[in-house]
Amino acid sequence: MTTATRLTPSVGTAHSRVEGVDKVTGAARYAGEIPFAELAHGWLALSTVARGRIRSVEADGVLGMPGVLAVLYHGNAPRVDTDHVGLLGVKPEPTTALFQHDRVPHMGWPVALVVAETSEQAREAAEALVVTYEQEPHDVAFSGGRPDAYSVDSHMPGATEKGDLESELAASAVVVDAEYTTPEEHHNPMEPHAATAHWDGGRLEVVDSNQGSTWVAQELAALFSLEPSAVRVRSEHIGGGFGSKGVRAHQVAAVMAATALQRPVRVVLTRRQMFSLAGYRSPTAQRVRLGADADGRLRALEHRSLSVTSTVHEFVEPSSGPARVMYDADAHHTANEVVRLDVPTPTWMRAPGEAPGSFALESALDELAEKCGLDPIELRTRNEPEAGPVSGLPFSSRNLLACFQEGARRFGWADRDPRPGLRRDGRWLLGTGTAAASFGAGAAPSTAALTAEADGTFTVRITASDIGTGARTALTLIAADALEVAPDRVRVRIGDSDFGFAMIAGGSMGTRSWGWAIMAAAQELRERLALGGGIPSEGITVRSDTSAAVGALAQKERHSFGAQFAEVAVDVTTGEVRVRRMLGMFAAGRIVNPLTARSQFTGGMIWGISMALHEEAVRDRTSGGHVGADLAGYHVAAHADVPHIEADWVDDPDPDDPVGIKGIGEIGIVGAAAAIANAVWHATGVRHRNLPIRPDRVLLAAAAGTGARDA
Amino acid sequence: MAPAPSSTSSAITLTINGEKYPLSVDHRTTLLDALRERLDLTGTKKGCDQGQCGACTVLVDGRRAVACLQLAVAAEGREITTIEGVADGERLHPVQQAFLDLDGFQCGYCTPGQICSAVAMIEEHAAGWPSAVTDDVRPEAGPPPLTAEEIRERMSGNLCRCGAYVSIVQAVAQAAAVDEEAAA
Repeated sequence: MTTATRLTPSVGTAHSRVEGVDKVTGAARYAGEIPFAELAHGWLALSTVARGRIRSVEADGVLGMPGVLAVLYHGNAPRVDTDHVGLLGVKPEPTTALFQHDRVPHMGWPVALVVAETSEQAREAAEALVVTYEQEPHDVAFSGGRPDAYSVDSHMPGATEKGDLESELAASAVVVDAEYTTPEEHHNPMEPHAATAHWDGGRLEVVDSNQGSTWVAQELAALFSLEPSAVRVRSEHIGGGFGSKGVRAHQVAAVMAATALQRPVRVVLTRRQMFSLAGYRSPTAQRVRLGADADGRLRALEHRSLSVTSTVHEFVEPSSGPARVMYDADAHHTANEVVRLDVPTPTWMRAPGEAPGSFALESALDELAEKCGLDPIELRTRNEPEAGPVSGLPFSSRNLLACFQEGARRFGWADRDPRPGLRRDGRWLLGTGTAAASFGAGAAPSTAALTAEADGTFTVRITASDIGTGARTALTLIAADALEVAPDRVRVRIGDSDFGFAMIAGGSMGTRSWGWAIMAAAQELRERLALGGGIPSEGITVRSDTSAAVGALAQKERHSFGAQFAEVAVDVTTGEVRVRRMLGMFAAGRIVNPLTARSQFTGGMIWGISMALHEEAVRDRTSGGHVGADLAGYHVAAHADVPHIEADWVDDPDPDDPVGIKGIGEIGIVGAAAAIANAVWHATGVRHRNLPIRPDRVLLAAAAGTGARDA
Repeated sequence: MAPAPSSTSSAITLTINGEKYPLSVDHRTTLLDALRERLDLTGTKKGCDQGQCGACTVLVDGRRAVACLQLAVAAEGREITTIEGVADGERLHPVQQAFLDLDGFQCGYCTPGQICSAVAMIEEHAAGWPSAVTDDVRPEAGPPPLTAEEIRERMSGNLCRCGAYVSIVQAVAQAAAVDEEAAA
């Protein structure tokens, strides 16, 4: 370009977030914070029964209350069209079919929206609104071994099978057969879901907090039978998502009310409502059977996982997925099954499938290592597959063992005495554990627009979403390198569906997919600028679309890998488990911004601590609803729960990506809970196969004495 | 919309970041909603609205308080500091600068509360307040060393779901060291 000497590349060097000053000064405005003239406030009323029919919604009783403008419910709401498949290839989440019928399929189902001049007035009226029900018996009892479970395909097959499992197990010198459970878990992003809808000159505008504005705009257009170009969704700053921020009841409610009242309407979910309306990770009941020769080589591997879905939608938590990537065996059987209960529909939550699945599989590997008398890393080394265990496809790259080797060196693994229950520090028993991690590395078609401005700067426009990942900053660095300019000459604008379709922030695929589109646009722009002729006042803009390039990617096993290490202290007289340190080593493609990438990895590992020790949504079988659906009743790891954590990576650029990216958003949580549970075994000699490892579980295991070493 | 003074609303004046804000509020309005919905001071965040997450932490007469559990009418006459009042004009407060430099946040939504909390926490510590992990709690013992464990304990009222805790603790330690140097 205009520079005579080549700049130092920006990708690979640490840069603080480009929107960082706005975020530390409070200037960054999130979805519920954009002012609108004549704004009205909507408050959702949710069902108080877990199954049945709405007999009446007594709207007249609240319409006379101060400030109340409208009550929307199934008796007066506009019809929406739910017979379509969205950007992610699935039908709309059932709660987005808002107020379409009188059926109640779970506790916390949205039954009415009260709109008023102020949020206080809307809230009081929503709480005063009388809704009567014809209640029916419900079933919310999830457990393994349900006779009504069935196999479901999702983005992967429901079941895979090769070889004769029973005969290989019978021929094995060592067998592990264990059941593991994980509880219902909730995303709980710090920013509750919020949307403001208004009509502007015949166009529907929605200011939202989401993981993909194209996605939400397309879904809203389909639901309300509008031309796609008649809907614009913006989402500039997002206070976390983790899979929960797609199309949900609040956006639909805001659109309905803004249409009915012809003024802007904002609907914000309360923290308690999020437990019913924002999706969650299903509880799982998993069984793993491993059979090995005396030297640890696997002959048989079976991983079966049961999760829950609602009666109105099919969603599967594919927890047996990691087994299809990690380890091969002569007989290799996996299955993902669901059971339908009267509960809300679960959804994607950070590392769906991999997070609970790796807990079971990597715990079972540790149990096998113990039985074989092998070091857990050596066991994994001996079972490193040549190709995809199920697909037979080659790995694009698989640097798992490099992660284990470097991680073991830094963690001091070589000095570890494998025997459990031997180390003591005052009242604490100490132990260390390890586990492997993997997560799929993919890309999805995206478009980007890149403008060379007359003043020598560049503007990127892309419907990306920065939910805290650092995507905005990473894309700035990628664009700067592609244009061979300093990052301060690049402005990246994101979160506006008018910029064209692009991948969502999901599947650890966002930054890779968007970066690819920016690289393609930059290449064309440089070619245009090389022709000379100056830049007109409106600039020169080129657009890219990566559909063809992404579609041409060869079929391979494409994954990031990692090795997790944890040291724990367990007080068996109080049941307290403390994580003392953690180390994660990852092979996760080229790292664009080491500063924010480290935050992503350690943030995921902290999710692992939280999953291992704290998180558990408890459902009351009598009411069908949650007990303590808030941040006091549902504990997520706090400062005092989290020790110093280190994350680092080995060199692992993806040769099939223009930048070399694989994706880092989810792998940090994978294997982390297993490493902690394995460390708890090493500390105490007790296997904890049910998460979270609560104090009562530790105490019960201790009280059972040496006779029962499982909990 | 501003309600007219009545049996359910009052005219009050809030003092925020050194400025006077006269307004009429519904008696049910929390300080948090008054800031966000009435005064356009949206830097203070609503994470749970029930005192469990710390995202709405502000300083009331210099001490940490969650704005969601305080009624606006009860805040009259108090000196309220929000995230918008932490920096010295264009110059970031050392805590803000450390959060920025060390990546003490990801999505940024808990960040104003974390920063307000840290600013007051550093002062509480310097004034000799003990915490649950302080070994010697006698007043004459003076402030304990501001270890990572002390920072974690004192910051535990502020949840961060992204899990930025490791760098938040580093940022608070760095900012506290800047304060100590300034005081020396």
